[in-house]
Amino acid sequence: MTARAVAKATPEPHHNRHSAPQSFWRKYVFSVDHKVIGKQYLALGLFMALVGGFTAYLIRWQLAWPETEVPGWSYVEPDFYNTMVTMHGTIMVFFVAMPILLGAFGNFLIPLMVGAPDMAFPRLNMMSFWTIFTASCVLMASFFVPGGAAAAGWTGYAPLSADPVYTGVDWGQNLWILALALEFSSFLMGGVNFMTTAINMRAPGLSLFRLPLFVWMQMTAAVLFMLSVGPLIAGAVMLLLDRTAGTGFFLPARGGDPLLWQHLFWFFGHPEVYVVLLPGFGAILEILPVFARKPIFGYRAIVYSTIAAGALSFIVWAHHMFISGIDARLAIPFSVTTILISVPFAIMIFSMIATLWGGSLRFPTPMLFALGALATFLIGGVTGIFLGSAAVDIFMHDTYFVVAHFHFTLFPSALLGGFAAIYYWYPKMFGRMLDETLGKLHFWITIVAFNCVFIPLFLVGMGGHMRRIYNPLQYDFLKPMQPIHEFATIAAIVLLLGQIPLIVNFFWSLAFGRRAADNPWQANTLEWATTSPPPHENFAAVPTVYRDAYEYSLPGNATDWLPQHVPGPALKAQEQAA
Amino acid sequence: MAHSEHETRVFTEQPIGRVGMWWFLASEVMVFGGLLGSYILSRIAAGGWAAETAHVNTRIAAINTLILVTSSLTIVQAHAAVEAEEHTRARKYLLITVLLGLGFLCIKGFEYSIELGHGFTPASGLFWSYYYTMTGLHGLHVFAGVVVNFVLFLLAGGRRWAAVKQRVEYAGLYWHFVDVVWIFLFPLLYLA
Ligand code: HEM
Ligand SMILES: [Cu+2]
Repeated sequence: MTARAVAKATPEPHHNRHSAPQSFWRKYVFSVDHKVIGKQYLALGLFMALVGGFTAYLIRWQLAWPETEVPGWSYVEPDFYNTMVTMHGTIMVFFVAMPILLGAFGNFLIPLMVGAPDMAFPRLNMMSFWTIFTASCVLMASFFVPGGAAAAGWTGYAPLSADPVYTGVDWGQNLWILALALEFSSFLMGGVNFMTTAINMRAPGLSLFRLPLFVWMQMTAAVLFMLSVGPLIAGAVMLLLDRTAGTGFFLPARGGDPLLWQHLFWFFGHPEVYVVLLPGFGAILEILPVFARKPIFGYRAIVYSTIAAGALSFIVWAHHMFISGIDARLAIPFSVTTILISVPFAIMIFSMIATLWGGSLRFPTPMLFALGALATFLIGGVTGIFLGSAAVDIFMHDTYFVVAHFHFTLFPSALLGGFAAIYYWYPKMFGRMLDETLGKLHFWITIVAFNCVFIPLFLVGMGGHMRRIYNPLQYDFLKPMQPIHEFATIAAIVLLLGQIPLIVNFFWSLAFGRRAADNPWQANTLEWATTSPPPHENFAAVPTVYRDAYEYSLPGNATDWLPQHVPGPALKAQEQAA
Repeated sequence: MAHSEHETRVFTEQPIGRVGMWWFLASEVMVFGGLLGSYILSRIAAGGWAAETAHVNTRIAAINTLILVTSSLTIVQAHAAVEAEEHTRARKYLLITVLLGLGFLCIKGFEYSIELGHGFTPASGLFWSYYYTMTGLHGLHVFAGVVVNFVLFLLAGGRRWAAVKQRVEYAGLYWHFVDVVWIFLFPLLYLA
């Protein structure tokens, strides 16, 4: 395939692509340049992270010291508490994790990594950003409508979400549905770009199996999202009609079935957690070989495992519904598939560890975050296996054990992976290095505080502490666990404050950071083959790719890295091309 | 920026517009798939809605089926004419397709008015909820297709022929999809 592809490839028609941008608006606001759009996503995601972090602060304070005044706020009323939990989950998953991992880094890196001048559909790309921007505005506006913002949980379970009488939230919930619908269409538009660019716009010689794993992860995530979100879009339409047009899809009183919503939600929901996880993994997989100075271990095994995990993720969804009243016989097949899915993930984790084995390790901040993400995700993944077993889940469901589990999966992939990506690609994005001291400070506070927040929650969860309750002190059997809550809350506050070094570092380095070389980490992939930051249309000339993405420490080579675009010794991949 | 749709660095030998269109249609398949799946499961769980389905108008729907299938043929003709560089014939068939689509929508609207006149609204029970939601969503897709085909009809008249050429193919793919959805809706809502 490669040989023919190389032959078919023709040079970029430079003259007739969009010409250099002119006005301020065209250049920075309504830009069609994937690099600018990636930065816009990054700004949006980081801003929403502040909002989401603040909701976490309110939730945690209320749990530790119920019904006391929250410093910097006021009392958290019961209804408002429900809103906070709902908006926290919604914001973190859909407006932080996805914009940062897919929106920012997917956009910024895919064209660079495949050697393309831009995305396949640049204007669609711009539209996808402005769509999620609108979605964020709608979501934020929903705080201010009468009745307040949505309060039915980030999973929007019916009948809570289907009839305003249950939560007292009327317009807030409608706007929540609208915001999610916009968010979904934004990432569907993004996905078509990711896929088409990676499939159709690769540089000559860049066969599929020479792609950086980050691109594979983004492609898989895009496909998973596209194939899973449809039924939920249908569900969202039905939910909106239940609320506004008197239909009864999810309302038992009108002949409908609330379980249908759970099926539609989790058919999407489980693939969705991989949509967030895989790009985070992709970032880790780019970083580990660079700082271990070793080729990735088991490239193809990782690719096939990713695809296998993606396929399996479509037949595990009912593990979220073991005690929702589904047929008990269904629990067994869904337990089996859930536990099966740990096999491809075990292979990926194994490959990551084997990549480190015997490498000459260096520990700058991106590497620290990558390793931290790997280690914490391990705990999240293993506890997921516990929960996948229906017998265990019947006890654990809706306890803090589940809360701890999904934070141990989402936090490493979305935030630790996202931070690793920021520290690693910031030089390429902005042409400046981040400060290492502040970076390490940020890492150590984050990783220690994170574990102090959520490991205790595993314990209270096993103690039977249910989640989504307003005031734990109302239950006698929970009272002995209150000191643990207080400890977790203090740690959460430390965790939030621990983000200040990042914010300072980010803005300080933008102006005063050391100038970044084109390839400061001595990495092989194509994004390092151009200047930092890359010019409009990315590459002075279309790069030609000669080898795999991870040829580090090759015997007989003068340097311990060998970029993909540099002609040189014929290697493994060269043989495949022949 | 039409040129970016004709990207030359093509590994799959598919124009990027076509890859994009297939992607879009796959996501649409999942939307309607979710809706149809929910309908079928709800219907099985409810033990059949024979009483309600007796009130839909199979004859009108059969006429509409015929109209949509015909329009799928005419858009194929339009595409063939475009390939053969026959401008007027292409425009003629695009216009016929648009008119057939409009005809479908008018008849559907007429059918709604009969049903609403008999007091069957989206709130009259689960079958009617599904009926209006599915046909309504499909109708919106037909409407979008009519608009797209009409725009292509207008553009095909002027100097924009080059840009129109490939888009007729994509519009045709979409139009076939809309047709196929109806092929599922018709038996599920009217015959079963
Ligand atoms: C700053 C650190 C964070 C803290 C202290 C925190 C704290 C919390 C708390 C206390 C809850 C409510 C638990 C309950 O009673 O059900 C919660 C729920 C949740 N969090 Fe976080 N969180 C943090 C970061 C994140 C991140 C990064 C994500 C995702 C990427 C996330 C996703 C979720 C989700 C999905 C829920 C469930 C919401 C629901 O049940 O409706 N959180 N979090
Ligand atoms: Cu799951």
